[in-house]
Amino acid sequence: MTHTLAPHDAALDAVPKPTRLLTGQPAGKPGFRSEADAPPNPRELRDDQVDGPELTARLVRTWGTRRGIIGALSTVDHKIIGKRYIITAFIFLFLGGLAAVVMRMQLARPESGLIGPDLYNQLFTMHGTTMMFLFGVPIGEAFAVFLLPLMLGTRNIAFARLNAYSYYVYLFGGAMIWVAFMLNIGPDVGWFAYVPLSGPEFSPGKRVDFWAQMITFTEVAGIAVAVQVVVTFFKMRAPGMTLDRVPLFVWAELVNAFIIIFALPAVVTASVMLIMDRLVGTHFFNPAEGGDALLYQHLFWFFGHPEVYIIFIPATGWVSAIVVTFSRRQAFGYIPLVLSMIATGFLSFGLWVHHMFTTGLPQLGASFFTASSMLIAIPNGIQIFCWIATLWDGRPVFRTPLLFVMGFFFIFVAGGLSGIMLASVPIDAQVHDTMFVVAHFHYVLIGGNVFPLLGAVYYWFPKFTGRMMSERLGKWHFWLAFIGFNITFFPMHISGLMGMPRRVYTYLPEMGWGNLNLISTLGGVMLFGSFVLFLVNVLVSARRGAVAGPNPWDAGTLEWAASSPPLPQNFDRIPVVTNREPLWAHRNTLPVAAGLSVENREVIISTATSGRADLKESSPEPSIWPFLAAIATTITFIGSIFTPWAIVWGGLPTMITLVGWFWPKGNKEDEA
Amino acid sequence: MKRTSFVLLLSVSLAGCQGWQSALDAHGPAARTLADMFWIFTAVLGTVWVLTLGALLLALRRRRAAGTDPLATNPAIERRMTVVVSTAIGMTFLTVLALTGISYGGQRVLYGHKDGTLTLLVTGRQWWWQIMYEDPQPNRVFTTANEIHIPVGEPVLIKLESADVIHSFWIPNLTGKMDAITGRQNQIQIQADRPGVYRGQCAEFCGLQHAHMGMLVIAETKEDFERWRNNQIASAKPPSNPEQQRGMEIFLSKPCVMCHQIRGTDAGGKIAPDLTHVGSRRYIAAGTLETTRGNIAAWIIDPHGIKPGVNMPTIQLEPDEVQPLVSFLEGLK
Amino acid sequence: MTSSSHQPLSSPLQHNVVLNVRQLPSYGHGSRSSQWWGIMGFCAAEGTGFVLAFGAYFYLVFINGVWPLSSKPPDIYTSTFHTALMLVSLWPNYLTRKYSEREDLRKVRRYLVIMSVLGTALLALRAFEIALLHTKWDHNAYGSIVWLLLGFHTLHLVTDVVDTIILTVLMFTRHGHGRRFNNIGQNSDYWTFVVAAWIPLYVIVYLFPRW
Repeated sequence: MTHTLAPHDAALDAVPKPTRLLTGQPAGKPGFRSEADAPPNPRELRDDQVDGPELTARLVRTWGTRRGIIGALSTVDHKIIGKRYIITAFIFLFLGGLAAVVMRMQLARPESGLIGPDLYNQLFTMHGTTMMFLFGVPIGEAFAVFLLPLMLGTRNIAFARLNAYSYYVYLFGGAMIWVAFMLNIGPDVGWFAYVPLSGPEFSPGKRVDFWAQMITFTEVAGIAVAVQVVVTFFKMRAPGMTLDRVPLFVWAELVNAFIIIFALPAVVTASVMLIMDRLVGTHFFNPAEGGDALLYQHLFWFFGHPEVYIIFIPATGWVSAIVVTFSRRQAFGYIPLVLSMIATGFLSFGLWVHHMFTTGLPQLGASFFTASSMLIAIPNGIQIFCWIATLWDGRPVFRTPLLFVMGFFFIFVAGGLSGIMLASVPIDAQVHDTMFVVAHFHYVLIGGNVFPLLGAVYYWFPKFTGRMMSERLGKWHFWLAFIGFNITFFPMHISGLMGMPRRVYTYLPEMGWGNLNLISTLGGVMLFGSFVLFLVNVLVSARRGAVAGPNPWDAGTLEWAASSPPLPQNFDRIPVVTNREPLWAHRNTLPVAAGLSVENREVIISTATSGRADLKESSPEPSIWPFLAAIATTITFIGSIFTPWAIVWGGLPTMITLVGWFWPKGNKEDEA
Repeated sequence: MKRTSFVLLLSVSLAGCQGWQSALDAHGPAARTLADMFWIFTAVLGTVWVLTLGALLLALRRRRAAGTDPLATNPAIERRMTVVVSTAIGMTFLTVLALTGISYGGQRVLYGHKDGTLTLLVTGRQWWWQIMYEDPQPNRVFTTANEIHIPVGEPVLIKLESADVIHSFWIPNLTGKMDAITGRQNQIQIQADRPGVYRGQCAEFCGLQHAHMGMLVIAETKEDFERWRNNQIASAKPPSNPEQQRGMEIFLSKPCVMCHQIRGTDAGGKIAPDLTHVGSRRYIAAGTLETTRGNIAAWIIDPHGIKPGVNMPTIQLEPDEVQPLVSFLEGLK
Repeated sequence: MTSSSHQPLSSPLQHNVVLNVRQLPSYGHGSRSSQWWGIMGFCAAEGTGFVLAFGAYFYLVFINGVWPLSSKPPDIYTSTFHTALMLVSLWPNYLTRKYSEREDLRKVRRYLVIMSVLGTALLALRAFEIALLHTKWDHNAYGSIVWLLLGFHTLHLVTDVVDTIILTVLMFTRHGHGRRFNNIGQNSDYWTFVVAAWIPLYVIVYLFPRW
């Protein structure tokens, strides 16, 4: 069907006058002088004085990471740290997946004696804890760390040393709990660790304390990165990138960051209260002394519900990016898509009681949460419809990233709809805490996060590594994953309705659940196999994949203007942005800003909404102090599992490392 | 091949419609309402899924001309898509509103209080259910474990408490679940409309043997129920033969009496299931083993082999003590 | 990318310089700087923590009915004096900020010393207050939540006072110029947060039980 398309008006992408692109405001208050306004040192080389390969080489030297172990531990390059985050999160995904495979082996037959209740309880706790805290939240942040500066047209993420510190803290916290598990002192009370089961009376020993302290580690890391994302979004955009030109993935990460900042403190409050009840005898959750077991649930789920949106919203960013590129058309409904994500972010804080519908709370209150839980389907629906519209008017390209997005649609929408069932108090009264709920949340989490994630890896792999992943293996991977997933989890809807509760290490033969469980186990093996295939594809492609140029998909956003993989400085000169899809608007020459230093690390700081260049700030240099501070923090946190005095004698080295971190060193960054 | 797999899928799905712990096999008014609601939601939401995925598949087949500028748009198409998307959003809103209304209706049925004559106090414990039948006359109050009998056709009020951690009381054939939370008392009403045996299970993770914390609810006619209740109120029948007599002596000489009660004997322990009429129950160990001689023996000799982590210690028995003890317990009907 | 093959776009794009940023200032005060936004972000997170702890406090009041549980309310004289001193400290705090934006080294040094002294005095007063709470954390849920609130705030107080002292020392070294003035402004903002978090806490812990 032929139709006339209005050609894109090139005049819309004319670069505005420089006065519209920068503020030109001095730093000193009126009547006072500021060192910031001192003219730049004439002997310092800037990028308006040098060009071509020489510019590139000098910038590589300035922004690069030193070789060797100290260099590696001191790096503040967001791409290196982002890659570490991604790889570490995937390692945790595999570990959590292995735990699940063992669980499924045990459940394949009734009264199977493969593993006993103690190990099984540890396994499902480690599975949930790893997937939610060590994979689900970090993976979204990991992609933000790598991609945001590239998509926003800057050279590093805000607070680059904090970035390094937060990665080490995340790594050490995750390692701590897995080491505890290997030593048979891993937690065994489920990923949400309800009291009184997790309290001092019914969980003696240190198992639950390791769980609770792991929360502290991941919360510190998570909030730190979230603050960095917010600051990078508002203050480090390329000149000309007004808010309505920000890529959809970046909006998703901004909303995600805000949810993290307001939700994570709730789980930390819950876990600190739990540790205190266990370690120093407080009574927050002890009904005999005025406490309440439900206080824990309220605090936990106030975090717990937004948590699943923390896992989902970055994935909507991946889907938006892939749908746009593989439809070969700009997004339909950019504004509704942005507003939907923001609305989802806000609404997600108003749903938490739907996890507590069976605790005997007043029905009037529960009704409110039914309404809000159903209402959140509307912004989700807006996103789905806008994506379908984009595909409708576009020219879909059926490569692996789009296949995984298709898988997302099939699976996530089904999961969302079973969620509407759970929002209803009466239906929830039957299926809460059964395998039906397990089916629901795997549909929304794997469908809603993991499938888009796999698509995102196939999409951005050329940017991370400079090579394409194998399309042939990709298609096999997709179908194995899609079929394996559905065979694993669909039967659980049925077994839940047939009365099978969750978190049971076995079941009686006369219950009639054996066949369904066997089918799920076979599917689980298939699903795990698909991940092995994925790993093979990643490893083989990294070495022998087809070499990719800067923009193998002919996408429109700024990260595709950098080389593949990007050089340490990201861009030789900071781009100037006139369109939501800069590389579709400027196909041959890129408008850029010049004047940043070549010898020292400098970035442009912009205004928050209009994206006008305001300052040229120094970006942090590499430093070993974040690593040392992370070690001191780890000692403090792990020590406090055993004695509260650890806060005092661990706090001191932490303070020392922080002083070392922040004390000016007389180099350019600090004296600027 | 396709037909076989369809039939297989259908039979697997439909298998859930019957079963003694199935939420879709309703034997009481509340469960019936819930099952109906479930089917309504499934039908509506299933249709939504089909329509959405259908639109997606159609969208994939429609293609712009090759080489089109990705930034180009056709204002007429944009307008049309805006109308379609807005309509879809409007329909989503109306669907959600309707389902919310249906949900509120179901909520009223589920939690509406109806007057009945029978009240139970059920206390969840790691890993069994303590059941006390309340009565205005104190001498008609009695305690049993893991097996509830109710008269058909009447609402029965159950007060739920917990002695240790959070448990959840769930009899899917009759109604939704309600948590038993330490430090507070919740209430739930159950009603069966036909006689039958309905199984339930703890539905809140409560530790090592959460998987083996089942119970039975047996609905019977009013006369049968009264007969059962009067029998339960009575103290334990005295042993009817020398073997049972010997069994009783063994029981009373072992640590059993520290935890278990048998009314009419000196055994007065209150922290384990009441054994006064254990022989009349169909299952022991909280719905784990059928009450047979072999199972009773196995449970006493090796509780940790059957329910690892259970609070019952292993009792040392001489080989010639097993049969009499089992005969005694089996005879406590 | 054409529809059939994926020929990578191999050459990087040419640059067309349309803007020169050479003359931009190398740092800015207040919300112009990225660090200000970072401080606000952490205040948002920690403020949420306080709000949730206040929520937990009122939840425990609600389910218990009687409050405080079998203790007398904490001593009011020391805490009121402490609160008044905190409010008073807002004035030199404001001046620290004002003169840091004017990059006036002498005045900034003076007011930083004043803030350090005030901060240390407040810490000492805090120690007294904790001793006069009339309850212990393991006494009952009331004692637990009161100690949690006080402890959480004290942690903030300690870190900010230590930070202030370190900055004071810093401004007397050769590093006391340029961008450091920006850091001082942020530290002042954080002190305002510490005081702002204290006011509702004071009302909730010391005044509310008496109503």
